[in-house]
Amino acid sequence: MQDLPRRALRIPPHRIGLLVAASALVIFAALFMRWDWLPDYYGLALAGLWRTIWILVVTCVLGFVIAVPLGLAQAGGPLWLALPARAFCTTIRGTPLLLQLWLLYFGLGSLFPQYPWIRESELWPYLRQAWPYAVLSLTLSFAAYEGEVMRGAFAGVPRGQLEAARAFGMRRSAILRRIWLPQAIHRALPTLTGETVLQLKATPLVATITVVDIYAVAGRVRQDTFIIYEPLLLLALVYLCIAGIIVFAFRRLEARIPARLG
Amino acid sequence: MEAKAIEAFLLPLSQSGLFELLSPTPPGWGGNLLRGLFNSVQIALGAFGLGLAIGTAGAYGKLYGGPVIRDLLEVYTTIMRAVPELVMILLLYYAGTDLVNRALQGFGYSPIDISGLVAGIAVLGIVQGAYATEVLRGAILAIPQGQIEAARAYGMSPSLLMRRITLPAMLPFAIPGLANLWLIATKDTALLAVVGFNELTLETRQAAGSTKAYFTFFMAAGVLYLLLTLFSNVIIGRIERWSRRGMPSVAGGH
Amino acid sequence: MVNGLKMALAGLALGLASVMPAHAQALKVGIAAEPYPPFAAPDASGNWDGWEVQIAKALCEEAKLECEITPISWDGIIPALTTKKIDMIAASMSITAEREKTIAFSDKYYNTPTGIIGPKSETFEATPEGLKGKILGVQVSTVHEVYAKKHFGDTAAEIKIYQTQDEANADLAAGRIDAVQADSIALDDFLTTEQGKACCDMKGTVAEDVEVLGPGVGVGLRKEDTELKDKINAAIKGIRASGKYDEISKKYFDFNIYGD
Repeated sequence: MQDLPRRALRIPPHRIGLLVAASALVIFAALFMRWDWLPDYYGLALAGLWRTIWILVVTCVLGFVIAVPLGLAQAGGPLWLALPARAFCTTIRGTPLLLQLWLLYFGLGSLFPQYPWIRESELWPYLRQAWPYAVLSLTLSFAAYEGEVMRGAFAGVPRGQLEAARAFGMRRSAILRRIWLPQAIHRALPTLTGETVLQLKATPLVATITVVDIYAVAGRVRQDTFIIYEPLLLLALVYLCIAGIIVFAFRRLEARIPARLG
Repeated sequence: MEAKAIEAFLLPLSQSGLFELLSPTPPGWGGNLLRGLFNSVQIALGAFGLGLAIGTAGAYGKLYGGPVIRDLLEVYTTIMRAVPELVMILLLYYAGTDLVNRALQGFGYSPIDISGLVAGIAVLGIVQGAYATEVLRGAILAIPQGQIEAARAYGMSPSLLMRRITLPAMLPFAIPGLANLWLIATKDTALLAVVGFNELTLETRQAAGSTKAYFTFFMAAGVLYLLLTLFSNVIIGRIERWSRRGMPSVAGGH
Repeated sequence: MVNGLKMALAGLALGLASVMPAHAQALKVGIAAEPYPPFAAPDASGNWDGWEVQIAKALCEEAKLECEITPISWDGIIPALTTKKIDMIAASMSITAEREKTIAFSDKYYNTPTGIIGPKSETFEATPEGLKGKILGVQVSTVHEVYAKKHFGDTAAEIKIYQTQDEANADLAAGRIDAVQADSIALDDFLTTEQGKACCDMKGTVAEDVEVLGPGVGVGLRKEDTELKDKINAAIKGIRASGKYDEISKKYFDFNIYGD
């Protein structure tokens, strides 16, 4: 009986071997690769990291808010709502995000000179900058992918429950608010982890339209110092950590929500 | 007054000479876009095939491999699914060719010249392989265990078992995931624009930069990508129906 | 199952080995994959042409080298050289001390002043005071980026860095930025396009700073390829002496692009 707690702690021997190999790699990297550029780019890297996380959080939240009506329209909306929602999801999911980003930033930008009144409009201070385009296109992308998930989630809520609610004389808005939406969101929650990590993987694209995120900072280091591998390796590690935090946070969140509603 | 406003709005659009720009023969740039599309499809096919090969090996390794292989595969799939493709492409593109050549030199061979096409296929294939590993692993696990046991009881060799039982039986479970991976592959080829490979997105950017008609060309490229996706969906639907032949129609309705 | 892995690896190795080109000895001349007229730009049939492409071909011919023009992303062109994806860089790369830490350069083959353009509606000069409070666009990894940070970093509102010259020009035309600094010839070319004519004009050339801007543009080479460097230097002298250099230049410019 005594070795029960010990067994829980014991690491299998092959893992020890792997861990030793991994630490040897890390030590090798720390000793024999060039890291002297780190102090110079420390501040820039932090600002870039902040911008990456900021864009990730904002676009995921906004995207999800749009995804709910998109899913609802496709699952139970009238045809004149379902068709445009379907077309939107298909178009966004059927074309590369990089292209959407460039279409919004450079494509729209190239039309500005032909419509001088745009520069006098109140939106101009925002249209001038790059980040609104980044946020817009990442939000639309997240909304389209998650909208597809929400469509399945709305459709997956058992019909009987909705019929029972109707039999109780609940109004349509109340059914949506109290029964349909909570259950659909609950069904979609497990996919959110994956979708958020995918969104994280999409964020470096914003660097191509002059938004200085963490990826852009790594690019800057490469371009300034011609050191190729070190910034990229560190960058990969940073993304791994952020992805790890996302997975961990969602697991905590899911654990707090009871597996069965009601 | 109103007519004038509409005219002012439409005039710049008509001035851009949409059809001349997109004509498939020079001086139109349509040919370049089509060539880029052809390159993109080529890379996507190659990357998807390579990813499938890696994924099959990876799924088997994860299910039946020793503890070390399983751990290493876990590390591989975790990294590939957490690190942005853009970063992996840059890392593998520079480091990959460098390492291959150094290894070759170490073994006494002369360095080889790895073309952009092969590098692109290899890089995207390695990323695809991680996702394919997970898809195929899940599909193999979804096969009713009794089928495999029955085959073993008949004395089938492992290779025969894989060819005759596992692969055909897992196909219906794997196809939705694999179809999704194919669509991702076609779109991920756009990322190779960043390393200067002449696929559709880079061709589009060059055409747009040369003619300053950014909007027109990005829209045109979007339509091409969308057509590719819609066409793929039709084919995928056929394959799906074919793979489910003889199965009750409940499969896949989860 | 290990067999499966081995098979996959063997297949991969085979696949890689089979792509060895038959003519591996052709030297790859790297040019930037982003259009940079009038020096290098693809035409609608996908062929790259321009003053620099023709000069590069002339240099190879003069040095009796078999060359292949290889477009490669400007952002990664130096790593591509050091990792042997290409053998030379002919992409309007200025010779600078910073770059010479990593790669070698041939002698210069042209040298032109650096200019700044801006919207027609505004008048300002290409000086730190003139750019006060303005957003200045430059292309990444160019001498102009270094110069702009050094000289205009304190007065300009922001220095925006673009992956390609085209994008900087496009954002200037769109009104997102107030000025663009670049090679004056590349800017002149933009100003002759419909878009450039409508929006912008030259505000002037910037003050000389040889330390940053360098003595001119040279062919980028790996440090160990000293033999190739000698050949290229001899070829530059050769085409200048034979009149080939002037013959090509006359097609594009009405002034002396070599500098003095």
